Amino acid sequence: MRKWLPFSLMTASLLSIWLLLTESLTPGAVILGLAVAFGAQRALMALAPPRVRFRHLRVAFDLAAVVLREVVRSNWAVAWIVLRPGGTERVSGFVRIPLDMRAPYGLTALACIITATPGTLWVEYDTSDNTMLLHVLDLIDEEEWVRIIKDRYERRLMEIFG
Amino acid sequence: MTYAADLPVWAAVPTAFLLLLGAALALIGSFGLLRLGSFYDRIHAPTLGTTMGIGCVLAASMLFFSVLETRLVLHELLIGVLMVVTTPVTLMLLARAALYRDRTEGSDDVPPPPLPPVKDRDVRD
Repeated sequence: MRKWLPFSLMTASLLSIWLLLTESLTPGAVILGLAVAFGAQRALMALAPPRVRFRHLRVAFDLAAVVLREVVRSNWAVAWIVLRPGGTERVSGFVRIPLDMRAPYGLTALACIITATPGTLWVEYDTSDNTMLLHVLDLIDEEEWVRIIKDRYERRLMEIFG
Repeated sequence: MTYAADLPVWAAVPTAFLLLLGAALALIGSFGLLRLGSFYDRIHAPTLGTTMGIGCVLAASMLFFSVLETRLVLHELLIGVLMVVTTPVTLMLLARAALYRDRTEGSDDVPPPPLPPVKDRDVRD
């Protein structure tokens, strides 16, 4: 079973993508979607990706809500920075943030979350001492950002990806 | 064939509002590209268009077609998911290329690269 269904999560998401694209739930669409999903999954196996350990679906929804709220909030913040007249007092800068998480999918998710949020950008990751370099558009307090990244995102991601 | 004029007012108003809001955010993002000073600042601006900007436009599209075709139209969700997964890759690629360039030029504005592991340093000394 493991050999044929090693990425049931990926197969399920590929199938739902297919069904959304074709916009139908007829048996024909489902069968074709399953065939495509299994084929794509077999092809991916050639790359030998690390295994996903996905737990705590509730925390994932919690995280999604937090991210959504932050994206909306920082959209207004960045829009204001762009539009406000004058405004030379703003300082942008880099912050190096020590991480505790080593799970590759967790790091990927963190990188996507940080970069997708306006005003913050994941610039670099260093594997030897497990730190990341963050660029912040409106940098006021470096310690504050270390705390935000660790408390708001990293803690939840470590619960999800172990 | 669908006609925008067939849309009832209760759906037309939020659709128009979401479209205008999304377009405004994308415009502000593009304006930010022009306005902000350094490369690293500028790279933040287009994320307005790729997050809430595209989100509002897609929500407007879902509402518009769901009401007109009297069924739930959801495939816009896919565009949203693919945007969220792919745009950070481009942005990170650009940022890292800029960082590499600035470090090679010995710019003082960027932090130095992290120290290599101890054994590599011994070899170089």
